[in-house]
Amino acid sequence: MRNDKEKALIFELSQPGRVGYSLPPLDVPETEIADLLPEHLIRETPAELPEVSELQLMRHYTELSTRNHGVDSGFYPLGSCTMKYNPKINEDVARYPGFASIHPYQPEETVQGALEVLYNLQRDLAEITGMDAVTLQPAAGAAGEWTGLMMIRAYHESRGEKRTKVIVPNSAHGTNPASATIAGMETITIPSDERGLVDIEALRQAVGPDTAALMLTNPNTLGLFEEDIVEMAKIVHEAGGLLYYDGANANAILGIARPGDMGFDVVHLNLHKTFTGPHGGGGPGAGPVGVKASLLPYLPAPIVVKQEDGSFAFHYERPESIGRVKAYYGNFGILLRAYTYICTMGAEGLLQVSQNAVLNANYMMRRLAGAYELPYDRVCKHEFVLSGVRQKKLGVRTLDIAKRLLDFGYHPPTVYFPLIVDECLMIEPTETESKETLDEFIEVMLQIARECEETPEVVQEAPHTTVVKRLDEATAARKPILRYRKEAL
Amino acid sequence: MQYRYLPQTDQDKREMLQALGIQSVEELFADIPRDIRFNRELDITPAMPEPELVKYMKGLAGKNVNFDTHVCFLGAGVYQHYIPSVVNHVISRSEFYTAYTPYQPEISQGELQAIFEFQTMVCELTGMEVANSSMYDGPTAMAEASMMAAGHTGKKRVVVSRAVHPEARDILKTYAYGQGVEVEEVGYDRSGVTDLEALTQAVDDTVGAVVVQYPNFFGNIEDLAEIEKWVHSKGALLIVKANPVALGILEAPGKLGADIVVGDMQPFGIHASFGGPHCGYFATTAKLMRKMPGRIVGQTKDEEGRRGFVLTLQAREQHIRREKATSNICSNQALNALAAAVALTALGKQGVQEMAMLNLQKAHYAKREFAKAKGMEVVFTAPFFNEFVIKLPKAVKDVNKALLGKGFIGGYDLGRSYPELADHMLLAVTELRTKQEIDSLVKEMEAIIHA
Repeated sequence: MRNDKEKALIFELSQPGRVGYSLPPLDVPETEIADLLPEHLIRETPAELPEVSELQLMRHYTELSTRNHGVDSGFYPLGSCTMKYNPKINEDVARYPGFASIHPYQPEETVQGALEVLYNLQRDLAEITGMDAVTLQPAAGAAGEWTGLMMIRAYHESRGEKRTKVIVPNSAHGTNPASATIAGMETITIPSDERGLVDIEALRQAVGPDTAALMLTNPNTLGLFEEDIVEMAKIVHEAGGLLYYDGANANAILGIARPGDMGFDVVHLNLHKTFTGPHGGGGPGAGPVGVKASLLPYLPAPIVVKQEDGSFAFHYERPESIGRVKAYYGNFGILLRAYTYICTMGAEGLLQVSQNAVLNANYMMRRLAGAYELPYDRVCKHEFVLSGVRQKKLGVRTLDIAKRLLDFGYHPPTVYFPLIVDECLMIEPTETESKETLDEFIEVMLQIARECEETPEVVQEAPHTTVVKRLDEATAARKPILRYRKEAL
Repeated sequence: MQYRYLPQTDQDKREMLQALGIQSVEELFADIPRDIRFNRELDITPAMPEPELVKYMKGLAGKNVNFDTHVCFLGAGVYQHYIPSVVNHVISRSEFYTAYTPYQPEISQGELQAIFEFQTMVCELTGMEVANSSMYDGPTAMAEASMMAAGHTGKKRVVVSRAVHPEARDILKTYAYGQGVEVEEVGYDRSGVTDLEALTQAVDDTVGAVVVQYPNFFGNIEDLAEIEKWVHSKGALLIVKANPVALGILEAPGKLGADIVVGDMQPFGIHASFGGPHCGYFATTAKLMRKMPGRIVGQTKDEEGRRGFVLTLQAREQHIRREKATSNICSNQALNALAAAVALTALGKQGVQEMAMLNLQKAHYAKREFAKAKGMEVVFTAPFFNEFVIKLPKAVKDVNKALLGKGFIGGYDLGRSYPELADHMLLAVTELRTKQEIDSLVKEMEAIIHA
């Protein structure tokens, strides 16, 4: 039964004969299709695509957009995702015809402006991370991790060493072990200690002649700075391994500390997080990778170089390269947005970004610590985790709290991650939120904590105001419906 | 200095520090050891006020020859096609582009439904049963498909045609090395399609997957029906990397027995943007559904019986399965998938066929004109879609340089990736090229060659 809040699919709006396009005419002499293609390769049944007018199209997608929450819609403290403001000038720049309408195989002399952007971004990201060179090719953070691990593998192999173990702390993102697997390596998980930091003794015991690398997010996923990083780097390097920096949380350290100075050999950045390339509803991202000089030979080809005459060129001659990891030169449009952001902020601006991100996070953490369990009571960086264990005793789960936040127009924090905190709420306010927004959110969180005690059902039954209520995810996975079919109606 | 993206005033900061019981922000960084603190200013591009930045960026953009300044006959995997105006208007809705992965379905129904519709469109075009929500691009989708096939069949050998995009093959080799999969290439024949004899010799019971492109890198149309018979007789999976525009007129790979169909949606509503971001698509059979990489949207119901959409089959994914996940992909190309869905909606059932027909007809007209022209030779004889190869008596690089002066972006220099095809140019003719532009290109190239 259709409810008035249910939105029609574009296919359900379709009527034969309606069009929403205007193609150029056929202005060359027409040839019979049978003379051009073998009969069995000519399509028999056309694809059942929608047939709607242009206004119907716009109304459909506009209505869909109103059923979606973005950073411009409201506060979005999704931990580890850095949902900061997406500057509008970035969007304008990416649409300039000189950037949007250029082909990757145009002669280099015809794309000097694009090459200059890439060169400058390589240089700026190397400086920001303290690395010697950067590849811009990886399309997202996970692709960056894999690229970095493949380079680490090539480095060890070039020295005739078989090192296959990648050590990750148990607070790591799931992508870390997944990337290790597809780079042909195995994951060893080590525990965190009572401080929420890597257990140094466990690390000492885990390293050995088979250690390829330690993969670390710093600040880690609890929002805490791994203060023993220098000692950790020493342990790993002395064992012959390398250090990989997962840049998911780089928003806390811009101009404050650089992975290269902490002892990391490889680092990726998520430009869609720290450097404002928008998240796009799940992508596209960009995951550039920086390396120390010892790994330079293994960078994917090409990289952009500046020639003696001041012009820019792609450098392909990289015999020890791990190969290509992405077609062309990466997600140029996202790289361009990141560079525009760097040009907006400059060195002092980026420093203030991290200072304000950390100030915002600590302020929220302290004000919420009374009502929610704070599992690691120390200074946080750009994000922090709370635990809903107190509320759980009242029969209210963290998931319920997340759903209740929807009623107030907020996107909830990341929940149930990292895995090492029971009933976890991972909150990252970012630096672009005002104190008023933080205060309003804090008040709502405190109100929800009171509701958990006084009227738990209000929280347990949330959300109350959204276009759909909680959805049956179990059935969705058990009996998957992954596409629309006309005959199903 | 106060920055427009940073709202905290000095007063705000004072109040917040007071609430924290500290004197300065610096105290919040006391846990970072002194000797690794960065104690100078970053040496990066200096900050610019917005008007100056606009000028700077327009200056950089202005250095690039582009589709507005020149007539483009370059393709080779990235194409200039008609982009309906509505595409930019929809993807500029910030509810879409400033959101992230729809993990909270109640406030992400717009994105989820749009992607569900996208998945349906991919299934319709490719003739497959299921599709995911997007991959980074066509080449990485092809590499992931190959790894999935090797994993599924347990046969760690993949055979790929040399008539597949050279960069896609390069990426496949990188992925394959990582996962211990062997890649073998088979050549193309004189007509410009995969050499079937070489293919049958290369593909035996130890091969897990065979990868071909449809139309192939030279624009020629592989006979999937023939290839499919041999591939399946040896127990391998058939992976087809297809140009989705061509599927407006070519038989759907799913109907011809493909097990996995991948490709790039760039031709539908996505700017060339110097090679990215584009949008990989990935479709397969219901049988292989749970082996698919990437995010998938599924239809379900809410507590009150309303239709709704959620991310589903997440037990395959890295955030649940960690080292045992089907792939490490998490961020994908969602906004570009939306762009493709909007373009496919605008074009619709009729427009997609009409667009494919225009490409086919115009490219064939152009090839006929080149065949008539003096000094150039059309090389391959196989049926083709919107790209074809010509042999020049001069270096492609030099011809392209001269063409630039005449207002054209010339074709792809095949010698870059096929040593045996030095002096061969791959030309693309889309629906946007007019008869006059085609005639003029032929005339100018004749003149350049005879100069």
